[in-house]
Amino acid sequence: MPDKRERHILITGFGGQGIVMAGDILGKAATLYDHKHATMTQNYGPEARGGACSSQVIISGEEILFPCVEEPEILVCMSQEAYTKNIKSLRPEGTLIWDTDLVHTRKTDAAYKTFNIPATRFAEQLGTKMMANIVMLGFLSAVEPLVHAEALKKAVLESVPAATRDNNLRAFNKGREYGHSIVKEPVKPEHPE
Amino acid sequence: MNGDEACCEGALAAGCRFFAGYPITPATEVAESMSRRLPEIGGIYIQMEDEIASMAAILGASWGGVKSMTSTSGPGFSLMMENIGLGLCTETPCVVCNVQRAGPSTGLPTLVAQGDMMQARWGSHGHYEIIALSPSSPQEMFDFTIRAFNLSEYYRLPVIILADETIGHMNERVIIPQEEDIEIVNRRKPTVSREDYLPYEADADGIAPMANCGDGYRIHVTGLTHDDRGYPAMDAKAQEKMITRLVDKIRKNRDKIIRTQNLYLDDAEVVVVSYGISARSAMQAVRDARGEGIKAGLIKLDTVWPFPEELIRGVAPRLKAMIMAEINGGQMVLELERAACGACPVSLVSNFGGAILHPGLILNAVAKAAKEKP
Repeated sequence: MPDKRERHILITGFGGQGIVMAGDILGKAATLYDHKHATMTQNYGPEARGGACSSQVIISGEEILFPCVEEPEILVCMSQEAYTKNIKSLRPEGTLIWDTDLVHTRKTDAAYKTFNIPATRFAEQLGTKMMANIVMLGFLSAVEPLVHAEALKKAVLESVPAATRDNNLRAFNKGREYGHSIVKEPVKPEHPE
Repeated sequence: MNGDEACCEGALAAGCRFFAGYPITPATEVAESMSRRLPEIGGIYIQMEDEIASMAAILGASWGGVKSMTSTSGPGFSLMMENIGLGLCTETPCVVCNVQRAGPSTGLPTLVAQGDMMQARWGSHGHYEIIALSPSSPQEMFDFTIRAFNLSEYYRLPVIILADETIGHMNERVIIPQEEDIEIVNRRKPTVSREDYLPYEADADGIAPMANCGDGYRIHVTGLTHDDRGYPAMDAKAQEKMITRLVDKIRKNRDKIIRTQNLYLDDAEVVVVSYGISARSAMQAVRDARGEGIKAGLIKLDTVWPFPEELIRGVAPRLKAMIMAEINGGQMVLELERAACGACPVSLVSNFGGAILHPGLILNAVAKAAKEKP
């Protein structure tokens, strides 16, 4: 069993959505700015884009040995395929987060702590859907604070191309504000059949 | 940064200024980082037509006086074998990073394995000694790459970094020391006059000072068996003399080359031996075993070649068992058996690649071995 002090996060979607980058940024925030230990490993197939992919992040106050996330406590799903593949691994008391427009969840998911955000739609409204991962990180910082929001913001700004910093900051803030509005007034998960 | 990027940064810190390679998953990020970083600091990056040429290019660059390296994975490592032998025979300092993926053949390009351990040792033809290091984290990728360059420069041979996909693609914090805190070793230069210099005349410790092309010394470099002048010498006597020196310069310095990280060896009854990513699972298993009151210990092989047989021979007689944890069908376990030489039972926890070893598997093996009567 994973160490209780370790936080296990699984971010999933398809290649090209910035899934691995999101995990990388979260890990950077934890290690470089929050001065904790973090490990990020990635799973992907031979395809450059479009294949299922995931990034597994562990954040801990102590050295991390086994780097795999087997039973995440937080599962972020940015594609239906990723959701279908990974939902079984989520711990019973875990948190499920998904992109409203890209994932249909099941009624039984109501047992988890659930949050959803139209991250890709918001990113498109801000200029490019490539920033959906950053919107999602902003959202995560509001609904499941794993690292300090300032640390995460710094890690975002450090990781994106200089010319896109302002836009990515807007994306991060959009996700974070939406997260705050939800946490104040929690919404029930959708159950489309 | 990830392990591949850390390998690049370690190489640059060690003084590497030439990289020739062919991109291959999961080692591509080493080449990518090199292609970005080397031009910034006056180095040269070349993408070659294949791995045979990559290996040839770094040997040439080394003789040109520049620290050089290449990186690859399984299929590319197979292609490099012939020229790794050339590097061994011509005593050419350079570094080859093999980020291992599951094989044989194309295998599982994006997934982990440790199946090239014996290939690194014996993959090129003929008899030789090799040095290979196995990092278990991006930090060790950085540190061990520097050490690989230092060893290659000192002992004059290609040094292999046997990394794996998980370490290459794993992101963790890497602490890069100040330049003045990094130990750098450079190849021994000739101290005699140009007239008296013989390119393969070794010092008392078996290592020959190396004049680079263009230094003004007369050199001759060939893959044929050669005499001290570097000229072909086609008889058993010359072969005996040359190979004895190539083998002895490593064998007789084993204590300086071999490094292990040992945990709880003093009172351990069952010792797990492991390396690379598997050593992290092994360390977790050993700590969990201690938590359950089992006297477990760990030997993490930082240097996989030469194998630390004296250490194993020393501890095996007082152990109930030794267990090798590795991601292949059982390669280093053969070395462990050889070194333990029947003094204690040796077993294997492994898979054929595609996933890293679960600490629970190793813990089960440790618990089972601990229950056996001594």
